[in-house]
Amino acid sequence: MKRALAIMVGAALILLLATLTLVVMPYLQMSAEQVPPDLKPYTERQLEGRQIYIANGCVYCHSQQPRDPSFASGDKDRGWGRPSVPGDYAYDTPHLLGTMRTGPDLFNIGARQPSKDWHLLHLYNPQAVVKDSIMPPYRFLFRWVRSVGEDDTVVRLPEPYAPEEGYIVPTEQALALVDYLLALDRTYPAPTLPEPEKTQE
Amino acid sequence: MTPTIAVLLIITFLLSTVGLLLLIWSIANNQFSHGQKSARTIFSPGEEGIGEDPAEAPQRQKQELSDAEYRARYDADQSSRLATLSWLSSSVFWLLLGSAYGLLSSAKMHMPELLANSEFLTFGRVRPMHLNAVTYGWASMAGIAIALFLIPRLFKTRLAGGRFAVIGAVLWNIGLVLGLGAINLGLSDGKEWLEFPWQVDLLFVAGGALAAVPLLLTAKQRTVSHLYVTSWYFLAALVWFPFLFLIANLPYVFPGTSGATVNWWFAHNVLGLWVTPIGIGIAYYMIPKILGRPIISYQLSLIGFWSLALFYSQVGIHHLVGGPIPTWLVTLSIVHSVMMSIPVITVAINHHGTMMGNFHRLKDSPTLRFVWIGALMYTVSSLQGSMEALRSVNVITHFTHYTVAHAHLGMYAFLSFILFGAVYFIMPRLMNWEWPWRRLIALHFWLVSIGILIYVVSLTIGGWKQGVELLTADTPFMDIVRMTLPYLEARTIGGSLMTAGHIVFAFHFVAMLLRKGRLQDQPTLFRNPAREVSQ
Repeated sequence: MKRALAIMVGAALILLLATLTLVVMPYLQMSAEQVPPDLKPYTERQLEGRQIYIANGCVYCHSQQPRDPSFASGDKDRGWGRPSVPGDYAYDTPHLLGTMRTGPDLFNIGARQPSKDWHLLHLYNPQAVVKDSIMPPYRFLFRWVRSVGEDDTVVRLPEPYAPEEGYIVPTEQALALVDYLLALDRTYPAPTLPEPEKTQE
Repeated sequence: MTPTIAVLLIITFLLSTVGLLLLIWSIANNQFSHGQKSARTIFSPGEEGIGEDPAEAPQRQKQELSDAEYRARYDADQSSRLATLSWLSSSVFWLLLGSAYGLLSSAKMHMPELLANSEFLTFGRVRPMHLNAVTYGWASMAGIAIALFLIPRLFKTRLAGGRFAVIGAVLWNIGLVLGLGAINLGLSDGKEWLEFPWQVDLLFVAGGALAAVPLLLTAKQRTVSHLYVTSWYFLAALVWFPFLFLIANLPYVFPGTSGATVNWWFAHNVLGLWVTPIGIGIAYYMIPKILGRPIISYQLSLIGFWSLALFYSQVGIHHLVGGPIPTWLVTLSIVHSVMMSIPVITVAINHHGTMMGNFHRLKDSPTLRFVWIGALMYTVSSLQGSMEALRSVNVITHFTHYTVAHAHLGMYAFLSFILFGAVYFIMPRLMNWEWPWRRLIALHFWLVSIGILIYVVSLTIGGWKQGVELLTADTPFMDIVRMTLPYLEARTIGGSLMTAGHIVFAFHFVAMLLRKGRLQDQPTLFRNPAREVSQ
């Protein structure tokens, strides 16, 4: 039993060291990071929209972290924005950095596509806006109505995609999601230049 | 930034000093004395040179082993029956479910209108359900099952406290049902590999701890003087997983980007410190046992163990290369990723070196064929992973399908192959029954092998091209999407073959549980059993 115990204690100590370097130290350093003064906290509705984003797994195809142009110039040249810094994510819990770019980066989608109508149409039928897009449609976030009420927003569908009669209106969930997407606008200057990229080969 | 560097320097200095002292202590105390004698722990006296392959052939075993030895091994195998079967049967079910979700995700990637009307079948929910079902359902549960079977053999005693493991399996299954259900309902925690709501995660911690009880109880009653290297890996994995899972799932503790570092520190450790030790631990037992020949360098296997622990635990942040986190952190993980080639090469020398001169055995033995190909893919995928962590390579492969191909090379071609091989080894011993149809084993093997080959090759090429095009803004984004389509379709074909293989495997597994087929006194091999050779 002594040897078994020694192996287990040794294994635990090594993991403890890794926790110190990969969890505790970054936490201490990054929580001291300055929050950009122009970054606004999310509104309640935007947070609801963020939950819709999480629930439907947008993160599996969209990142939210443009890289430094000196490292990967495509990110900036595609209009995804300046490199992100830790402070930009001060209000992001859980983080939604993402690891996949089946679709484009969304760090600044609110600045790139500021139109609410565009987003509603795109969520309802991505292929209607972006030819050959492989994004799935989110029709379950919309409903069909015969006539439009006073407060209803109507999805402006172009001819071939519109229903024969009646209208497509977004649910509260779709509206909240679009609110969140429009809030993804980090075009303000970052007070701390991203230290990492400076020293990279 | 200066205080951080100062702290890092101090830690580095202290670590080197401690490491040096440890080295001096271990030399002084003869810790390096484990020689080939220890490598023979897994054999009974007189058994060396006799392959145990891949199913028991009672008459011959009896001739080679003394009655007492034979009886003791039979008892050891039977003692873990209920515990092993409860975990193993569940894992086969989750394999089928996970494959179905994986195949559906893959098809949705190139057919966005497929089953798109239901929120419960939308890509963003189906994909994490696939990952969690195969990781925590299939790989983890099958791994624990095989560990439960090997423990009494390794310690040469009966399994103690098996019923704790059975209760653990029940809790673990409840956790999977609730966790997958939560993702399906849109209640995911939102972090990759950590999607299950943290409340559900408590069930996994409890279930895992219960599965660990028999390991400790049996270790206490062991009759062997030396702990064979396989048990080192099992003991360590048992310490690591609950620790990792608990910290990474702490709710509300890590905001913003520090949440991302914890996320990826955990996600890579699930591979490195949980399924990898189980996978190579199994291979360290199966390969020498089937060949009847101890591993070629026992000392190397221990160096491999400790270097794996040291280096693998710090590689996770290579998933955030170029991301909004401090450079030193990324660099630390890249250095460790490259250092991982040390444990990988030591394991490779042992696994493949032991195989030298015995490759003809791959023609007959299902277990050996699955396990050795798995071990080979461990070498390949790990070395590929070390390369992939380098900034110059990562800038291309990050955010692409290339990473997905790499993940499947590791989790499937390495780990799942070893698990399949081990299942073919242990089921005849638990059920006292031979596998009913050897052609089904062959069919399973070829379906999954061709399937994973198509999968990995197509996504590796497609992902690399995607990454190269994404580097600059010269190609419009949609052109890149169109370019990847044929590769995504090829992946669906590969995935279909793998899923078909799993259906064959599950069918055969159930037939085995029900003891279908004829009573045989010969092991079921790929070829006519009469041609079996023992060395």
